[in-house]
Amino acid sequence: MQQDIGVKRSIEEINQKIKQGKAVVVTAEEMVDIVKEDGVKGAFKKVDVVTTGTFGVMCSSGAFINFGHTRPKIKASKVWFNDVEAYAGVAAVDCYLGATQVQEDDPLNKVHPGRFKYGGGHVIEDLIAGRQVRFRAKAYGTDCYPSKEYESIITINDLRDAFLYNPRNAYQNYNCAVNLSKKTIYTYMGVLRPNLGNATYSTSGQLSPLLNDPFYWTIGVGTKIFLGGSIGVVTWRGTQHNPDVLRGENGIVKEGAGTIAVTGDMKQMSSRYIRGVSMLGYGCSMMVGIGIPIPIINEEMAYFTGQSDADIFCQVVDYGIDYPNAIDRSLGEVSYQELKSGKIKIMGKEVPTSPLSSYFMAKEIAGNLKDWILRHKFTLGVPQVYFPTVEFKGVVE
Amino acid sequence: MTNKNIKKNVLLIFSKEVMYKPIIYRLAADFKIIFNVLEAKIFPRQEGRLILQLEGTQVQIKQALEYLKKEGVKIEILAEKIKRDENSCVHCGACLAVCRSDALYLDKETSKVVFCAEKCVACGLCELVCPVKAVMTASIEMEV
Repeated sequence: MQQDIGVKRSIEEINQKIKQGKAVVVTAEEMVDIVKEDGVKGAFKKVDVVTTGTFGVMCSSGAFINFGHTRPKIKASKVWFNDVEAYAGVAAVDCYLGATQVQEDDPLNKVHPGRFKYGGGHVIEDLIAGRQVRFRAKAYGTDCYPSKEYESIITINDLRDAFLYNPRNAYQNYNCAVNLSKKTIYTYMGVLRPNLGNATYSTSGQLSPLLNDPFYWTIGVGTKIFLGGSIGVVTWRGTQHNPDVLRGENGIVKEGAGTIAVTGDMKQMSSRYIRGVSMLGYGCSMMVGIGIPIPIINEEMAYFTGQSDADIFCQVVDYGIDYPNAIDRSLGEVSYQELKSGKIKIMGKEVPTSPLSSYFMAKEIAGNLKDWILRHKFTLGVPQVYFPTVEFKGVVE
Repeated sequence: MTNKNIKKNVLLIFSKEVMYKPIIYRLAADFKIIFNVLEAKIFPRQEGRLILQLEGTQVQIKQALEYLKKEGVKIEILAEKIKRDENSCVHCGACLAVCRSDALYLDKETSKVVFCAEKCVACGLCELVCPVKAVMTASIEMEV
């Protein structure tokens, strides 16, 4: 059940305005200035929808693929795309290709740091780009599915279905990573040089989807989103979704919190927004482009979406010793404004910072989404199931 | 031509005929070049390679390079060998964590990662860490 949040402008009302071409739509970046100039009340009156965007490495991504029936038929028990194994224990010709699955015969980290040249994320990018992929399947054979082996060069057009299904994406905030150990480490947060040599971070801050809706009042199951260049949907809360974390007085989470599971049709996507990645010494994964339109249903939502990088904080975490040993410790708190300045101060030391998530692409996605709504009358999905949340105790003046 | 000092990073290739001849010191002695050795290696095929940063006026650098050529040293200008695939780069910033030469930086206006080949010292680290393999750096071992 959703708590009573005092809706003053319903999503249905906003959709009516979108259809009539009367909706006012701005990006989360633009909303910061509008709230500054017109105040929260003024911004609420003026703006109907705020668009957000994020583009970065998102593990817990993958694709459900139905490769269609072969002749004679096969009930595949093992399948590979370009020698990257997909999980075939789903049905005869269904499988799930995970983004972090590494190509067979990859030397992994045997010579550290490993390169991880090709994996599931790369296959998904190749398929979306329309490139050829070598498909192989093995089976034990049954009376109804006699084939034991199948091999073919395919493109996405040969697949019956290819749905992106990412169980955990768009993390609401994330750690800023540093390294207190004495050696260089190779992590999913990039290369971290020893003795606090550098710091990395990975969200789009003020443009980030879930940071703009900190209590998930408007994002739920059924929310229509920009996913990989086409229309996708939020299908459930993401794995590890946790609303009960450290929050600022403005309600915004100060560490990793909410997540979403998303789905979309790979056949409609663009390889500009879905990219296979190799993380040195870590493994393979996938960069995903996501944008979510946020309906400004009340003044609080205008307030949240008006928060800027200066108002959004994250925890600095040591990936050298603490993180691998599951020691839950923060070395301090920094704002995204500080992180974006290029240097932060941690434990008395000035440390250079760099991002891992592309703000350039995030802006492009938020802009695209705005364009969809304004020019193509893309309407907003009404959440059918809301996510677990906590109460907002703040007062918005 | 101005008298302002400029910097140029070059890969010098010494064939076996010249690899043990004292040549480099003359860059400083005769041409007033301030040089900095960025990397050096001797290959089993009897070839010496050196990545140097040359600092001097445009005239000085030009004359120094002409001298090297005359001595039989093969010269590759690094900035001409290093490439970034602009269609592939997503401007994530992973390369910024390892670049120590200011060849890569974030443009705050555009939010794009700018690559300035002139300043690259060909350490190759950005190529290693680029998640989408958009960078092709030159290295001391490159084929020329």
